[in-house]
Amino acid sequence: MDWLELSDAEWAAILLSLRVATVAMVGSLPFALGVAMLLARGRFWGKTVLNGLVHMPLILPPVVTGFLLLLLFGRRGPIGAFLAENFGLVFSFRWTGAALACAVMAFPLMVRSIRLSIEAVDRKLEDAATTLGAGPVSVFFTVTLPLILPGIIAGMVLAFAKAMGEFGATITFVSNIPGETQTLSAAIYTFTQVPGGDAGAMRLTIISVIISMAALMLSELLATAAAKRTIAA
Amino acid sequence: MSLLVEARHRLGNFSVDAAFTSDGGVTALFGRSGSGKTSLINIIAGLMKPESGRVVLDGDIIADSERRIFTPVHRRRFGYVFQEARLFPHLSVASNLAYGRWFAGKQGKAADTTRIVEMLGISHLLERNPSALSGGERQRVAIGRALLAAPRLLLMDEPLAALDEARKAEILPYLERLRDDAGIPIVYVSHSVSEVARLAQRVVVLEDGRVKASGAAADVLSAPAATVATGRREAGVLLEGVVETHDTTHDLTTVRVGERLIRVPKIDLAPGHALRLHIAARDVMLATARPEGISALNVLEGTIVEMTPGENGSVDIRVDCGGTTIASRITSFSRDALQLHQGKPIHAIIKSVAIDH
Repeated sequence: MDWLELSDAEWAAILLSLRVATVAMVGSLPFALGVAMLLARGRFWGKTVLNGLVHMPLILPPVVTGFLLLLLFGRRGPIGAFLAENFGLVFSFRWTGAALACAVMAFPLMVRSIRLSIEAVDRKLEDAATTLGAGPVSVFFTVTLPLILPGIIAGMVLAFAKAMGEFGATITFVSNIPGETQTLSAAIYTFTQVPGGDAGAMRLTIISVIISMAALMLSELLATAAAKRTIAA
Repeated sequence: MSLLVEARHRLGNFSVDAAFTSDGGVTALFGRSGSGKTSLINIIAGLMKPESGRVVLDGDIIADSERRIFTPVHRRRFGYVFQEARLFPHLSVASNLAYGRWFAGKQGKAADTTRIVEMLGISHLLERNPSALSGGERQRVAIGRALLAAPRLLLMDEPLAALDEARKAEILPYLERLRDDAGIPIVYVSHSVSEVARLAQRVVVLEDGRVKASGAAADVLSAPAATVATGRREAGVLLEGVVETHDTTHDLTTVRVGERLIRVPKIDLAPGHALRLHIAARDVMLATARPEGISALNVLEGTIVEMTPGENGSVDIRVDCGGTTIASRITSFSRDALQLHQGKPIHAIIKSVAIDH
């Protein structure tokens, strides 16, 4: 069973993928929650446009998303240059860039999951909370948030899984540098490009299958729990 | 305590244009579904903002469209018990009860949890989840939750409508205790004559968003104007009485109404206790001579004071029995056969078992 043993480079790719996916998931959560709230509850001009923008990465070829990120967040890109100068935050050819690419690609999934759970919340419960003396912020934290928590967790798991598997946008934006930007998918891709890399590709493939499957099952479980709780009473 | 409510609001084809005042106790907003009762109570709560109107409680202006005052719902401190209990599913019964108390701050500390929990009989439910409660239990917890927020005014929107008769009977005594003990003014929305008859001191009858009649419960519910709201089936009179004696062998209670005595099925109240009886017009028979060999226990002598033709060949007849008015609905055929006319002496016959307490 020697062929199952992972090399250092492979371990590095797995750990990098986990780190990138975690940062992408946690970093995009506040934005996803805000956008989901706006889309579920807001009534404003341009809601359709916002909805379209959020879902764009789902439909655009990942390479296009990666290229757009490169244009915007690259060293000479308007946002990239600003962030590098003012906060020392560099995205291009760094693992942070991989996290950004993954976050953008996973964003629609997270927003969708949270939005659905917000729409499932019975507004009458929020009205009841208001009559009991809770202001809008308190209502959000004591009623809305606990009720949508399973939806949020499900969205995070989905986003994590998507980020784990992201390839096109990442490789276009930050390339495929071992130890810096070579994620699980990029490592598998590299293995398939060299003779005798099949065993390595197979090892990493098994690991990605396990991670993705676990994430999907967890998300399914939490979604069921969320549905149960919002219907009760 | 004084409450003043004025509201004008348009909702599509429907509009509310109503005003009423209350000086404590239970004020019932009474009417059929779609008469604007819920809109009006939502305007008082602040859940709905009327195009124009005022809500004033004890001289404190809660909302006034002219002065552009609108106190947000959470600062009004008006308790609200909804038709469905609306308990928070993610919190236990105890946490649900504590919710309003926590937001009420200092005033919330004053609310006596033990007493309210005892009064509502929910002490054995505290650790449970709302989903594990029956409808009646949920509604009692919802009432407790509203009370523990130390409200200045309690709004109740058909709190019993979603419950079956057994559950209603289970909660009504708690509501009576609430009215008699808690000392919080209550605005009670209902379309049920028996609930209103039992609980309310004042009644505001709504129809198509407008106030059709308002005043003391007995006056309003006995007046013909209330017929529209009660529906013809339930139309009748509401009598104020006092428990006189109990007949334990036959489980009967004698109630003194004015000069007359009326026997009704046993009521668990001590002699001397005031109560109201609702007598539907369709349950009252008329006879020109005192009937003999009849099972009905109440035969009241009186004179016909008013005859109003109703729908489907029926006639509503009001009989003055020694200062107490009883309404009776008979067919126009009977009116002609008995040659009834105003001022004619008559006997009103009421079956004891037909009388609602």
